[in-house]
Amino acid sequence: MDTMRERFAAVTSRLLDEDPRLAVVLAEIGKDGFADAAQKHPGRVVNVGIREQLLVGVGGGLALTGLRPVLHTFAGFLVERPFEQVKLDFGHQGVGGVLVSAGGSYDWPAGGFTHMAPGDVGLLDTLDGWTVHVPGHPDEAETLLRHAAAAGDDKVYVRLSVQVNAVPRPVDGARFQPLRQGGRGVVLAIGPMLDPVLAATRDLDLSVLYATTVRPFDAAALRAAVDAAGSTDVVIVEPYLAGTSTRQVNEALEDRPHRVLGLGVGRRELRRYGQLDEHLAGHGLDARGLRGRITGFLDAR
Amino acid sequence: MTPPYTPTTGPTAAVPSGDDDGFAQLTGLMGLMTGDEKHGPAATSTLDALWVLYDRVLRVTPDTVQDPGRDRFLLSKGHGPMAYYAVLAAKGFFPSAWLPGFGAYASPLGHHPDRELVPGAEIGSGSLGHGLPLAVGTVLGLRAQDRTGPAVWVLVGDAELDEGSNHEALAYAGATGLDRLHTLVIDNSSATHGRRGGIAARFEAAGWSVASVDGRDHGALHAAYTAPHPGRPHVVVARVEPKDA
Repeated sequence: MDTMRERFAAVTSRLLDEDPRLAVVLAEIGKDGFADAAQKHPGRVVNVGIREQLLVGVGGGLALTGLRPVLHTFAGFLVERPFEQVKLDFGHQGVGGVLVSAGGSYDWPAGGFTHMAPGDVGLLDTLDGWTVHVPGHPDEAETLLRHAAAAGDDKVYVRLSVQVNAVPRPVDGARFQPLRQGGRGVVLAIGPMLDPVLAATRDLDLSVLYATTVRPFDAAALRAAVDAAGSTDVVIVEPYLAGTSTRQVNEALEDRPHRVLGLGVGRRELRRYGQLDEHLAGHGLDARGLRGRITGFLDAR
Repeated sequence: MTPPYTPTTGPTAAVPSGDDDGFAQLTGLMGLMTGDEKHGPAATSTLDALWVLYDRVLRVTPDTVQDPGRDRFLLSKGHGPMAYYAVLAAKGFFPSAWLPGFGAYASPLGHHPDRELVPGAEIGSGSLGHGLPLAVGTVLGLRAQDRTGPAVWVLVGDAELDEGSNHEALAYAGATGLDRLHTLVIDNSSATHGRRGGIAARFEAAGWSVASVDGRDHGALHAAYTAPHPGRPHVVVARVEPKDA
């Protein structure tokens, strides 16, 4: 199986052939995947060097001329370091583009905290109008990248990761999918957190919803799942900062008393290297950790 | 679709050229915003440079603000935009009746310009250091669409060059020879720490074509704006009175 990043380079290279409006901007990272595309489309594959403020500013400039820019680098260098460029060079200018990140929260744990960006989605939540896709499998990433490229002048963030689920689900770039029906509550699993959630809740009487597009937040699907379960206990498990979408869950259920448990990556630096599964466990996001938190939440009622 | 744009070497017929009678009206237009007929050096630091650019060089008119083949002017230094608004009003991009509302809640004319509100404004600016990267992207976007005719101009202040994002952009533009890119630096000595060796030297070292002129001399400005610079981006450093003089 290829990685999401490899799929991104392959799919976007094909899209460059098909759509003359598309342009890719890189800041060194990921350039090898676009070597062939850069030869075929030298004007529409741009590598600005290790310059992330320029990466985003160039994206905004391309959009001002009518192109649809696709920007790619590690999440911290795409959203956090040049955050004001994201805010002003896209949002304030009234133009759109596609930001495709790699690295996620801890895809390269041996690289340490400088290469971890668990706050990316939370930061984008301070801005208006960003669509956020969080695929859980390379096939889902391909579908969502195609949606993003074709989304007119929308502002779209696609969060790629090496953490993946064993099998892809059909995704439509908008709605949450009910995967399982239960009666004690609803667990909303985001992208690559699905497999750990399914393992943690295998024998629990819980509904499971799966989301790969988290902004806009599919409140209708959550309300329907809560109605079907007959319980207003909701757990949301996100692969980025814990609680990032708790506000959206609360707003979806504002017409009824409810309880929400928001699980995800902790704010505290672990100051550990090692492997991805060790970081999942370190943040309580492996199946064992999730099961303990979820059963504790349900039993507290 | 807009018809194909034919590049020309001079101003379009819609823009009267060398109209220094027009320049004389700008002070009055600025007065509509300030309620004062006199303006200090800071408020007018960009006035001559902007006037000569819009009057004699830029191929853009109120009728072509949506034409993909138009020249682009990006005001990066969004601070003190009264001179910019006065020039846009004088050239008919919006009615001068808008000017007295400057800064009011219902006015499209803020203390920093917003491209969504001001006809003819290519970018919204105010936060320093955004215009030059956006201009680089604009040049690249036009080139990718085989539009090699339009010139892209961006105005920055000397103190604005403190912002590191400018240096990302000017280094890249010089290295890749973006010859449709033009930077106008208004140098009113407002940078606290200055620049050893000068502003022009920074651009020159990055591979730019460089001209330094008196920012009040219309003939010198025009000559600097129109100097050939094949294969290289071009910077015009326009010196005006020190901000605190």
